Parts: sequence; C-alpha cells; structure tokens
Amino acid sequence: MHSKSKTFRGMLRRRFLQNLLAVPAAVMLANASLTAHADSANTTGLAVTDKTVTVGILHSVTGTMAISETGSVQAEKLAIEQINAMGGVLGRKIEYIQEDGASDWPTFAEKSKKLLIKDKAAAVFGCWTSASRKAVLPIFEQYNGMLYYPTFYEGLEQSPNVIYTGQEATQQILAGIDWVVKEKGAKSFFLLGSDYIWPRTSNKIARKHIDKLGLKVSGEEYYPLGHTQFNSVINKIKLKKPDVIFASVVGGSNVAFYKQLKAAGIDMTKEKPLVLTISVTEDEILGIGGENIEGAYASMKYFQSLTNDNNKNFVKAFKERWGDDIVIGDVTQAAYLGPWLWKAAVEKAGSFDIDKVRAASPGIELKTAPEGYVRIHENHHLWSKTRIGNAQADGQYKIVYETKDLIEPNPFPAGYQ
Amino acid sequence: MFADYSITELTSIFAMQGFAGLILFSVFVLMALGLAIIFGQMGVINMAHGEFMILGAYVTYLTSSLFAEYLPSVYGSYFFIAMIFAFIVTAALGALVEWSIIRHLYKRPLDTLLATWGLSLILQQLYRTVFGAREVGVTLPDWLMGSYALSDSIEIPINGLFVMGLTIFITVGVALMMQKSRLGKQTRAVVQNRPMAAAVGINTEKVDRMTFALGCGIAGIAGSAFTMIGSTGPTSGQLYIVDTFLVVVFGGASSLIGTVASAFTISQAQSTMEFFLSGSTAKVLTLLTVVGILMLRPQGLFSLKIRR
Repeated sequence: MHSKSKTFRGMLRRRFLQNLLAVPAAVMLANASLTAHADSANTTGLAVTDKTVTVGILHSVTGTMAISETGSVQAEKLAIEQINAMGGVLGRKIEYIQEDGASDWPTFAEKSKKLLIKDKAAAVFGCWTSASRKAVLPIFEQYNGMLYYPTFYEGLEQSPNVIYTGQEATQQILAGIDWVVKEKGAKSFFLLGSDYIWPRTSNKIARKHIDKLGLKVSGEEYYPLGHTQFNSVINKIKLKKPDVIFASVVGGSNVAFYKQLKAAGIDMTKEKPLVLTISVTEDEILGIGGENIEGAYASMKYFQSLTNDNNKNFVKAFKERWGDDIVIGDVTQAAYLGPWLWKAAVEKAGSFDIDKVRAASPGIELKTAPEGYVRIHENHHLWSKTRIGNAQADGQYKIVYETKDLIEPNPFPAGYQ
Repeated sequence: MFADYSITELTSIFAMQGFAGLILFSVFVLMALGLAIIFGQMGVINMAHGEFMILGAYVTYLTSSLFAEYLPSVYGSYFFIAMIFAFIVTAALGALVEWSIIRHLYKRPLDTLLATWGLSLILQQLYRTVFGAREVGVTLPDWLMGSYALSDSIEIPINGLFVMGLTIFITVGVALMMQKSRLGKQTRAVVQNRPMAAAVGINTEKVDRMTFALGCGIAGIAGSAFTMIGSTGPTSGQLYIVDTFLVVVFGGASSLIGTVASAFTISQAQSTMEFFLSGSTAKVLTLLTVVGILMLRPQGLFSLKIRR
C-alpha cells in the first residue's frame, strides 16, 4: 500500500507521455485503417467495427490450473453469447479471442500483451491465480487495458485497469468467522493452508480477527502446493482439539486433505471440530467426492443452490450450454459477471474507450447477477453478500446463512496487514 | 508443547503418528517401486511415471462407474478388479511406449528423460481431452472409508491399512520375481552384462519390454490405490513425481532394498518433522538432508557391487 499512490501517479505520467506520442501515430493510422472504425464510441483504436467488438479471454486451459479455470472460461463464453443474443453492446456483437495461459505466469504476460497490442481487445476476461494476475498487471497498466478478474483473492491490490469480480479476503473471511463464533460458539481455531500468498494473507486476516474477538488460534500450518499426505497434521489437530479447522488448502491437496480427514475418523457432520473452508467450491467437490466432505462449511458469496430467480435462470442456461452434470462454483459465477459488468459500463459511458469505461464503472449495478445483486465500488471491487454453505453428500451446498447487507469491499483493511 | 495433555492422550497421538509414518512409508514404496524397476534395472529416466499412475487411477474411475452401472450388487469388491485392470492397461501402454520410443534410446539415457517428459505432457493433454480438465471423483466402497478404532482414542485409517497391505504384497511379489522367476533372472543378467546375456540366448529386447511394462503396471496399481488418498486429474501425476525420484535416487538406483530403506528413512523423517515443525519447514529439511547425504554418497544408500 505504501507505494501505491506513487506508482499510480507514475503510471498516469507515463500514460500521458504515451498519449502524446500516440497522437500523430493515431492520425496516420486512422487514414490507413478501415477496420478500426473511429467514432465517438472508439477513439483509441480498439478492435471495434460498426458491427463487432473484440474482447479477450485469457485463462489456463492446459496445465495444472486448467482444473480450476475451465469453469471460468465456460461462464465468460456463456455471458458473451447471451449478450450477443440480446443484441450485443452498443449495437455491436462481441467476438472473443481466447488465449491459453497454460498455467505458466510468463505465458500469461506474453498472451496479455498479444491481446492488448495486436488484437486491441476492448476488455479481457481472465486470470485465476494471484500469481497470473500479478504477472499481467504491469502490462494492463502500461498498455491501458481492462481486466475482469474473477477469483476470490487476498486483497492488498487495487489497479485502475482491473475490475475484481470475486471477493477480496475480508469480505469472505470476516463474515465466516463471525458466523461460527456467533452460531456455533467457536472458541479456538486451527488455520491450515497451502503455502502461497493467498492462504497466508487470508490466515493473517483471520488471525487478526480472531485475536480481536479475544479467541484462540491453536495452530497455523502450511503445506507445499500439491502436498498429498496430511496424516501428521490431522494428528496434530486431534491433539490440539480446536473448535474450528479454518482451511484454505487448494488444488490436488484439497482432495487428499478431505479424504484423509474422513479416513482418520473425523466425521465433519458432527462438527467436532467444525471445518470452515474458503477454498472448496462445488467445482472442487467434484474431485473430492461429496461423501468425503459432507458436513463441512464454506464461506463464499455464491453457491449453485441459491434459490433466487436470477440464479435459477443462470444454472438452467449454464447446464443447457455445457451439459447437465456440470457444477457451478463461486469463481465461475464471478467470471460470468465480468462481461455483464463491462457491458453495463460501456453502455453507461456510451463508448468502448478504456478511460471512459473506467470512469463509468464505479456505481454500476447488476440486478440480474446470479448471486442476487452486485455493485462496483470506487475501489473496483464488488459490494456483495457473503453466504455460509453446508456441504451435502450430493456435492452441493445447503445455504445456512446469508449476511443481511452487502459487504463493502475493503482491499486494504486497516490493522489487518 | 505437551504440558497441557494427559499421558493417555499423548500415547494415543504418538501411536497414531507412528501409523501415519508407516502409511507414508507404504505410499512412498508403492509409488517408487515401478520407477525403481525401470530406472534401476534399465537406466531409463521415466518422467512419465506419474502419468502412468494416473492412468491407473482413471481405469479405477472407469471400473467404478461400470460397476455402479451394471453390477451394483458386488460394488464393494470392484476395487480389486479395478487394480487388476489398472495393471493390465498401464502395462500394455508401457509395452507400447517401450516398443515405439524407449528402445531407440537405450544408448542415450539423457534423451529418455526428454522423450518421457514429452510423453508425460502428451498423456496429460490426452487425459484432459478424454476425461475433461476437472478432477474426477472416484467413489470408494464403504468398507474402505472411515477408521478402525484400536482403542477409545486410537483410530487407524482403513485405507491406510489397505495401502500398507498392498505395498507389502507387491514388494514381496516383485522381490520374489526378481530373485526366483525366469524373467527376473534374465532381467538381472541383462542389467549386469547385456552382450553376454544376449550371447547365452536371452532375448534382451523382450526382457527390456517386459521389464518396462512391469514397472509401468506397478505404477498403474499404485495410481489405482492412491484414488483412496489423493486426487485424480490430468496433472495429478505431477504431485508424486518429485517424491518418487527422491526415494529412488536416495535409495541407490539399482537396488530394490535401497528403495525400501530410503522410503522408510524419508517417510519417518518427514512425518516426525511434520508433527513437530510446520509442513513446509519439514519438507525443506527433508530435502536438505537428502541433498547433504547424496553429496557425501552420490551412489545412494545402497548400490550393487559389480564390476563395470
């Protein structure tokens, strides 16, 4: 945070210089280029014609992250198709160019450069891990692109070139902890996560909050990504007898952890200890197996089992498009919001220009969101509700609690860093 | 750290922790055995080992769906059939790979590394195309889930016991085969002196193919067993490959006893340290120790004493 205002100013200055240089070039190009139609809706040479506008989709469809990112790709394509069926954006059909980040962060950077410089994408929907987002961030800031980022993440970031459609850490964590303390009388917590930035930051926030409530953290543990043997830590948990296991284990480790937890005789439906996770969506349960995680609680903004009309329509459309046995997790829904939020901002601005879209974005609301209702905050994150779901044997969550009001996104929580 | 606990609590935790170490040991042996045969006996660095394991896991997944669909009455025993299928399918693929790729590279061991790494990428993408990028959930028969209560406070995971039993069975089987059977003797003869083995009438090409297929088949069984404790996705094989090589190299490539001894050392060290330190620190310390010992003893814990 300390360097944020400084880099932001530096960036503005850089962009100003770029614009100065770009003016003569743009004039020359405008004569030569027939496809890039320059009217008031597009003054910066984006890939916009009278009939179409091109956007980018940038996710991993190969490599280790493909497991998680597939759902986001499907959601973004569905949203784009639905928008096109309604007549597109400002009368233009959306065309997308899909690039594969291949679970490799330099590839993400390379591909985002291609989408912005060569393809002139008017917006990019993409990235999943924080590492991939951090890799493309300087490129989006340098070439002034717009990224819609779907994953719940650790916060501590705010870029004029990113709209964060997932929750930042405090939205997801504080409500979850408050709930187990109030409803389940939890007094002690065991924090367990995979060893990288998101679980570590999340647990930092959780620990701070638990301290603030005057409760106890009885252990905090991290295991390398891809770790598959959790018997030792499960024994440690048995010894310390915490009321809550607060879990942010990800990827293949997730499957190993829950299977071994169950095999070790910890029946999560008995809630002794209670498992509260912030990393297992319906997507992950597919791999874990519903019977292995039955009884655990998850704190997120979206579950497939939400019963509002928006969500019923969304789930129906999603299954029609991608198959009946598919499941929809929190991030998939957040990815689905991206194209819709972009459309709303473009229409409010009356232009595809990135700067105008950015200026129009704060305050944009989406009453048709599957999660109910969201609104973009000045800080480019979304106001959203947080829900607690109870995992069922059929792989779905039963929603047991929902915050009354929208929670304000607070990516730089004072006192939590 | 233990001041607040009673003696009984501590005893049961340490008992369970002892079992955790043994289970980890079995897992290590099971995943390393196939590689030890291929790397140790043939000198082929099989980077696709993890993908052969996951093939076994996918075969298990398919068998379980098949049983759920057509033979729900005997669903409880599908796991054994699945392991046999897993062995057959992965061994067949192993034989095919040996015939099409590996046999052309025996004189260039470093190239096998590159070729099998390429193979692992191809297989990963194949799984992704066929089974989808998401992980699949393998449903286990009920009797394999849950734990066995030894006393009020000591609980042993049943699937862990199962893996232990399976590991003993396969290790003894492989050891017997290498010592007693015709193929085993031929394999050892070829390893020790290829031209001489050929001169006495051993079909070395066939021996190579059988050995490679056997190594892959055992990887398939391991993969099948690991559906009980881990994930089944296109890239899940990558989760095991580092530990597998660690065990085999540390044990001394050409010795099965070495593999078992090294699996025991690493698993006990790791599970003990995991209990007293944090998970990531334990991993770092384990790796550091292994690196240190390998610097002093590059041939690994055990090595064959033969004249080269």
